[in-house]
Amino acid sequence: MTGTAASRVAVHSQRTDLVVAAVAVAAIGAWLWAFLATDRVGVLATLLAVAAVAFVLAQRLAPRYRRALTARPRAATSLVVLAVCAVAVALRDQPYPLLMLCTVLLFVVACVGLDIQIGHCGIVNFAGAAFFGTGAYTAAVLAARGVPHIAVIAAGGVVAALVGSLLILPVLRTRGYYAALVTIAFGILFSTFLEVNDALGGPQGLKLHGIDLFGWKFNRDVTLGGTTASFYVNYFVLSLALAVAAFVFARRVERSWLGLAFDAVRLDEIAAATFGIGVARAKIVAFTLGNLLCGIAGAVYAMMQGFIAPNNFTFGESLILVSIVILGGIGNPLGILPAALIIVVVPQKLQFIQEYRFLLYGVLVVLILLFRPEGLLPRRIREYFPGSGA
Amino acid sequence: MDAGVLAQYVFNGVMLGVIYAMVAVGFTLFFGVLDVIQFAHGDVVMAGAFVGLATYLALHALGIAAPAVVVLVVACAAGLGMALLGAIIARWLILPLRAAPAFNTLLVTLMLGSILRELVRLFYPNGSNPQPFPRLLPSASANLGHFTLRLDTTLLIVTGLVTIVIVNLVVRRTRLGLAIRAVAQDSETARVMGIDFERVVLVTFAIGSALAGFAGVVYGLYYNEVNFDIGLLLGVIGFSAAVVGGLGSIYGAILGGFLFAALQTIGSVALPVSSAYSNVFAFAVVIVLMTWKPTGLIAEPASERV
Repeated sequence: MTGTAASRVAVHSQRTDLVVAAVAVAAIGAWLWAFLATDRVGVLATLLAVAAVAFVLAQRLAPRYRRALTARPRAATSLVVLAVCAVAVALRDQPYPLLMLCTVLLFVVACVGLDIQIGHCGIVNFAGAAFFGTGAYTAAVLAARGVPHIAVIAAGGVVAALVGSLLILPVLRTRGYYAALVTIAFGILFSTFLEVNDALGGPQGLKLHGIDLFGWKFNRDVTLGGTTASFYVNYFVLSLALAVAAFVFARRVERSWLGLAFDAVRLDEIAAATFGIGVARAKIVAFTLGNLLCGIAGAVYAMMQGFIAPNNFTFGESLILVSIVILGGIGNPLGILPAALIIVVVPQKLQFIQEYRFLLYGVLVVLILLFRPEGLLPRRIREYFPGSGA
Repeated sequence: MDAGVLAQYVFNGVMLGVIYAMVAVGFTLFFGVLDVIQFAHGDVVMAGAFVGLATYLALHALGIAAPAVVVLVVACAAGLGMALLGAIIARWLILPLRAAPAFNTLLVTLMLGSILRELVRLFYPNGSNPQPFPRLLPSASANLGHFTLRLDTTLLIVTGLVTIVIVNLVVRRTRLGLAIRAVAQDSETARVMGIDFERVVLVTFAIGSALAGFAGVVYGLYYNEVNFDIGLLLGVIGFSAAVVGGLGSIYGAILGGFLFAALQTIGSVALPVSSAYSNVFAFAVVIVLMTWKPTGLIAEPASERV
């Protein structure tokens, strides 16, 4: 008797969980739509204040409700994807908000890559924008030579990973600040090289055409059932697919033996080595995977923007990518989405703070590191059994 | 190549090397006492140059024109101002993050650097454009064939070297230096011996940052132009110099500074490609050097504690 009662309670709580999750996701979707669509400073400020209050409340909520979103990650993920799609549908005839949404999603892909390196394996990478740029320039060069675009996108990732492999030896041999110097030097080397190299357009940069996947022309407006949508919907579909793939991939890696090895290497290299973990192998895999994701995101970004220049890939941009990872919560890919939204969209919205953008990022990151060093959504302790509530 | 031309390159390279070494010594001092990298150090150099420039403009407005007085006041203002800034950075940013992972300190100071940069760009009058820096030193020069020995550059080199030597003497020969070296070796034991840890840290940051302020003035006097964004590259170069030389060693920092200047000069003169690639070349060599000697040319003496 008690057994069935307990199972009934369990079923009931599962149902409420799902309802709670659906309501939360719907609210987030509505917020996201308003956030992207508004042009007015007052509305934006209100929305940010609402988000801040909601965030604090969510932190205070009983773990029971918080579990609603974490107990079944797959259901929660599909709900979030659904919400983002609904937002895109609502914004279908507004190119500019859609472009911002796509940019956010592509930055998310790159930052998930950096997160594997920094958050999981502990490899500091201050050259994220360089690998993003490698992908972008690869795309520009290959697309101009008539390579099929699906191959161009893949090549963007592969070339970024290959360029990254030049740094593997120095990254493996150095630690801490010495390792940070390697990537910083590379980031500056990369943007200086682009500035002075005439074959790649020099400071003027390169132009690209829109994506054409098997006859699906991305730069053509979409007409479906009588309504016409901006052509950015195409890019949205692709970026969302990439972002979801990156998330799922990062999640899988984290839960695999490889992810466990990454954590061990980050926490204590010597201890990891004594337990038989191949420190060098873990670092090589993490570094390459991260650069691969950065490169793929860069390739799509370049073709979406239609124009790239060395200015887009400076050391300052690398710092922005790292800020997104820190702000979101190192090691937790879920935090990257809100962090990227804040860091990419807010300055675009507030034209008058555009000028003060870097200043505000700087102050924001300094305050976060001083007062909430674990970021917005800190990474949780590894759960070996979902729902065990560790 | 003509000997005169060669001498000219060496002379200019030495000038650059002095500036880099002044920046690198700061990195190495900070690393010594706290095991941290103060990545805004390059922007402190830039801020020093701008404080010097503002002081010059103020003196100019007051009608004080005697060059010797002006140079002295400008250098002191930059040095003292940056010493204060360095102590503030140490007190409010670096010390509170002592328990946090090194990555956080690195990022906080990187961000502080971009804050300083943006503050100058946005709030210094017309700060987003390069500012002319006054020529305050006697500009006499002697022509020896293709080699022009300029008095002002010679004075800058000598002054720079003298300040580095003074800092080295302070660290090696004074009671304060003894305290700094004690903290660098083992901060806990130093505390047990009655050394005021926090004071030593603040003073070290003040000394290193004052040196950066001087470096900023030297930079301005040499190039006769300062810009808000010189700090990033100077910081990375100073850091590279300190790291390539070996963090924690003053001699390493000096060696690294001159080495980097030499690499840049070689990159712009001896390479078959355009001289614009000199930085690409210099940083590529730095990465190779790091691979060859992962803890710098003059390595830290202590082995890793487990």
